[in-house]
Amino acid sequence: MLRRTFLAAAAAVALAAMAFTPGAQAQDSVKVGELFSYARIAAFAEPYRKGWQLAVEEINAAGGVMGGKTLEVISRDDGGTTADAVRVADELVTNEGVDFLFGTFFSNIGLAVGDYAKQKQILFIAAEPLTDALTMAQGNRYTFRMRPNTYMQTKMLVEAARDSGAKTWAIVAPNYEYGQSAAENFKKLLPEIIPGAEVVEEQYPALGKIDAGATAQAILRTNPDGIFNATFAGDLAKFVREGQLRGLFEGRTVLSLLTGEPEYLAPMGAEAPEGWIVTGYPWEQIDTPEHTAFVEAYQATYDDYPRLASLLGYMIPYTIKAMLDEADSTDTEAMVDALKGLEVDTPIGPITMRAIDNQATAGAFVGTIAVEDGQGKMVDWHYADGADYAHSEEEVKAVRPGE
Amino acid sequence: MTAVLEVDDLRKAFGGVVAVDRVSFTVEAGKLFAIIGPNGAGKSTCFNMVGGQLPPDAGRVRLGGEDITGLPPRRIWRLGVGRTFQVAATFTAMTVVENVQMAFISHRRRLRALIPAARRLYRDEAMAVLERVGVADQAERQCGLLAYGDIKRVELAIALAHEPRLLLMDEPTAGMAARERIDLMALTAEIVRERGISVLFTEHDMDVVFAHADTLLVLDRGRTVATGTPQEVRENPEVQRIYLGGAGVAAAQRAMEARA
Amino acid sequence: MDPAFFFIQFLSGLASASNLFLIACGLTIIFGVTRIVNFAHGSFYMLGAYFAYTLTQQMMALLGDALGFWLALPIAAVAVGLCAVVMELILLRRIYRSHELFQLLATFGVVLIVQDLVQEVWGPEELFGPRAPGFTSFVVIFGFRFPEYQLVLIAAGPLVLGALWLLFNRTRWGTLVRAATQDREMVGALGVNQARLFTGVLFLGGFLAGLAGALQLPVEPANPFMDVNIIAEAFVVTVIGGMGNVLGAFLAALIIAQLQAFGILVFPEITLVLPFLVMALVLVVRPWGLLGKPETSTSHGFAGDRPLRPLSRTQQALVAALIAVLLLLPLVVGEYSQKLALEVFIYALFAFSLNFIMGAGGMVSFGHAAYFGLGGYGAALLVHHLGLNMELAILAAPIAAGLGALLFGWFVVRLSGVYLAMLTLAFAQIVWSTAFQWVELTGGDNGLIGIWPSQWASDRTVYYYLTLLVCGAAIAFLWRASHAPFGYTLRAGRDSTVRADAIGIDLKRHQWLAFALAGTCAGIAGGMFVFSKGNIDPGSLAIPTSVDALVMVLLGGIQTLTGPLVGGAVFHLLEAYILPLTDYWRAFLGAVILVLVIAFPMGLAGFLRDRLTREESAS
Repeated sequence: MLRRTFLAAAAAVALAAMAFTPGAQAQDSVKVGELFSYARIAAFAEPYRKGWQLAVEEINAAGGVMGGKTLEVISRDDGGTTADAVRVADELVTNEGVDFLFGTFFSNIGLAVGDYAKQKQILFIAAEPLTDALTMAQGNRYTFRMRPNTYMQTKMLVEAARDSGAKTWAIVAPNYEYGQSAAENFKKLLPEIIPGAEVVEEQYPALGKIDAGATAQAILRTNPDGIFNATFAGDLAKFVREGQLRGLFEGRTVLSLLTGEPEYLAPMGAEAPEGWIVTGYPWEQIDTPEHTAFVEAYQATYDDYPRLASLLGYMIPYTIKAMLDEADSTDTEAMVDALKGLEVDTPIGPITMRAIDNQATAGAFVGTIAVEDGQGKMVDWHYADGADYAHSEEEVKAVRPGE
Repeated sequence: MTAVLEVDDLRKAFGGVVAVDRVSFTVEAGKLFAIIGPNGAGKSTCFNMVGGQLPPDAGRVRLGGEDITGLPPRRIWRLGVGRTFQVAATFTAMTVVENVQMAFISHRRRLRALIPAARRLYRDEAMAVLERVGVADQAERQCGLLAYGDIKRVELAIALAHEPRLLLMDEPTAGMAARERIDLMALTAEIVRERGISVLFTEHDMDVVFAHADTLLVLDRGRTVATGTPQEVRENPEVQRIYLGGAGVAAAQRAMEARA
Repeated sequence: MDPAFFFIQFLSGLASASNLFLIACGLTIIFGVTRIVNFAHGSFYMLGAYFAYTLTQQMMALLGDALGFWLALPIAAVAVGLCAVVMELILLRRIYRSHELFQLLATFGVVLIVQDLVQEVWGPEELFGPRAPGFTSFVVIFGFRFPEYQLVLIAAGPLVLGALWLLFNRTRWGTLVRAATQDREMVGALGVNQARLFTGVLFLGGFLAGLAGALQLPVEPANPFMDVNIIAEAFVVTVIGGMGNVLGAFLAALIIAQLQAFGILVFPEITLVLPFLVMALVLVVRPWGLLGKPETSTSHGFAGDRPLRPLSRTQQALVAALIAVLLLLPLVVGEYSQKLALEVFIYALFAFSLNFIMGAGGMVSFGHAAYFGLGGYGAALLVHHLGLNMELAILAAPIAAGLGALLFGWFVVRLSGVYLAMLTLAFAQIVWSTAFQWVELTGGDNGLIGIWPSQWASDRTVYYYLTLLVCGAAIAFLWRASHAPFGYTLRAGRDSTVRADAIGIDLKRHQWLAFALAGTCAGIAGGMFVFSKGNIDPGSLAIPTSVDALVMVLLGGIQTLTGPLVGGAVFHLLEAYILPLTDYWRAFLGAVILVLVIAFPMGLAGFLRDRLTREESAS
């Protein structure tokens, strides 16, 4: 019996030894580790990857970073769990010898990798995780975030509803951190921004398992003036179909997080819920030269239209380039110092990496959904600059640990 | 003579069917006591109530004067009752000797020991019992791979391990070839007589019953038809009528002549 | 309170109940006849929705909306049934002689492959199907609007139930299926071609799952998460109803769906855990589900079980050599490989502790992650809230896990077979949802971060040795216990409950203690795990973690002590090495599992053991 154990263990040792290739660092390139839940959340991951790959190609074609070095991204699937993700991050750092990390989708994974970055004193730029905690209560010096967080996007929506006159509100949010904190933020911001408004009903269906009929009916029972929705993808689709037939949205103001993002809007086709006020990305209508250039390059390369994830992915390598050019070093502390307060030009205009909480001021587009030619689109939209919606300095100081 | 097992007014019904109806009997020390009867007579039910596998609806079971009615099998075993089953129940993925060692380990109350190697415990004692029942040469084989006759012997060895005062054997020779049956029953009788163990058994094979039983209880549809020595039972006209029939009487006769 | 509102809510519950029932009835039929715990049933459901999506698109264009749509659904269901037949013919049929659990492993491989296959064929974005022609609007009931299609769903459940009743009571084949559900040996004795019967049953089960998925298309877009979102609940419904009992599944679906529909009015978060709470309650009161029958088996052994043997001289030398290699490893390999190796130690202990109750005790657990996670959380909470250091916090890991196992185990050991396994799952899910929902204490699904080793142990190599020492000691202890009277007592109870009882063994009590001991050791693994990762989240308690442990044990071989160690090492290294290779790592992993399942039906260690013993007996 033991012989087999031994053989297996010996094989394991051999495999492990094989895997260990010292991170030979080429002098003429900067190695960056990237990790993302590619298999688990492919709908978002694919456009995201196309986005950063396009940017990396452009940067290297234009002479690279730090006066001539190539930007080399080593990309990994993070397995979709914190346990796998921390190991993958460690593999990138200790085995591949990357200079810093970026990526991740899920909030728990972002936090875990951020904490790993803190422990290892490695720079980590979180791409998608929305949780406020990443830059607030559980933030650290080494972890930065590109996307506007849940708080910012919720605040944009509540402000957009200021003139709706809706006083009583129902919340529908998936029962996990993103939904919970969206709901918390909404409950906190609602009376601040719309005096006298209150939440009268809350529904927290399990992610992916919404019982849409029963949920819609539960909201109808309380007859609210407005509905704040944080569900997305399949749950949202079920909720919209059931709600429309049951007359749930008629005569009510509906605020909905993320619904205007092409990832979620496009698949709904003509069934996109008209009149909803949403955050999103009306890529086909943004006609600044920077954005048009991005869209043209993207479509030329991939023969596909950009999603929000494409834009997000595209912005990161340019942020990295700006940081490296500024720091002119791959020393972690130097890079962190350079990134803090750094201004970067992006297709949606200049953004700043706030020094107080490492949150980028990238904003979001807020608008109303309309259906044209069998396809949902955002109308009456405006760009809400993240700088105006991020946590105030006092709020940051109150909860964010000192560095 | 002292009674090892006293059964009073035992009763068990399943739904509306009375399987055992007020049966009483006494097993004397060192004697072999057989329960016989046609299929559905209530033999196994009666047996399982004595062994603790079934709780009786009414009546008492006393072991050496102590009330054991309704106790679970494991408690009854601890009071000195060994048991074999109609379909042999052994630990199929253990070796033969380990099967017997388990009985010793349980008897000496070391079931929860976490450190000593079980295979080294009570090995000599277990081997001695295996020797006695004639399967010592199979000791290191996996029990589940043995011939059925040998498995029955292992079961007997397990039942004998804690030196019981009473053995319960439910159709000890069921499923065996004729030659093996006679050998196994002869061996059992020999062992229990030399050790003064009482035996309560049920059996279909009249040859076996009349060759070895000291006392018989005849059941029919849950009721006691007759009880007594083989001679008395054989001559009981009611028994002859409802149960034994011509062939049965002939077998009984043959067996008792062989015994004499 | 408005009675009209409650009636509408009741109707919504009925519609959900129909959906649940349609999925669960196929599962319960497959289990009843073949005893296969079919993880791929959720995949069938998902395929049903995707097939229906493609078929409705084609056929509605070709035949017009109404005819095209309503023809497309049954065709999609038939197509899924054929997929199930293919799985039976090329996969399951090869391993019917292995233990039933091994088929679970095979279907798990199928799940992984189908997940990637679906994304490859249909793309990752959700696909909106058409609304059902003729039922696109709503009716007004007591002043409330109610979607017409929901009425169709409400009717579908009882219709299928009725059709199945006719099939099982009015046809020869149906009678055979019923007979096989009640007594498999008897059907074999009647000379029925068992292989053909199984193929037919897989078709029926697949058809029903496919139908459920297809009928869902007008409600929910086809999406690649449909399988994992439904499979656990499908099992819950099946088990509450009584495995193999179609009417039971119907009742269970009704109960669950109505409790959900009304539960969210009082406690909106309840949906997370409600099905598992109900299952736990039902199983504690009725150990075989509402309408199920007690299992008659008194033996829970596994095909290929052999007596335990002491280590031979050579084997002892090899253990010594292995320990030497592991001690020297950090001198040879780098940081990452050390991390990988120490994770292997942790998973090996996790799997070994599971096999202590599974292999020796005959108690299959689908919820072993509960104790792994409790250990991790036990330590992490002390660090996070009380600021304790690693040395003290890590002591809490086995204590928390052990206490949890002691509590849950008391109920668990009163059951047997699949019901026992499902009760462990229910408890694990209750623990999971507590960790998930109690945000103030546990950080919710974000989990707790910053749980790193003390300064002296924060060096990778030091932590490697610490893990080797702790996990090695725990494995050695369990190994010893397996060979000791306690382990033998468990094996005795597994082989024959009646014999164990008849030699004075209080089996339930020993199984209970074993469950607690295994849980304690899983907790040790969980404690070492959390400090190796620096964080813990509810994923450590979730179903996938339990399944991983199960896969490790089965892959290595349940019948050998070394099996879980080999399986733990192989599975974890496979995962770690496959992950960076390709986006299709799930399909790749699934394919490797299938190959291993077919090539080594006794598990890796079991295969080697059987080969070596053959050689020994030959020589």
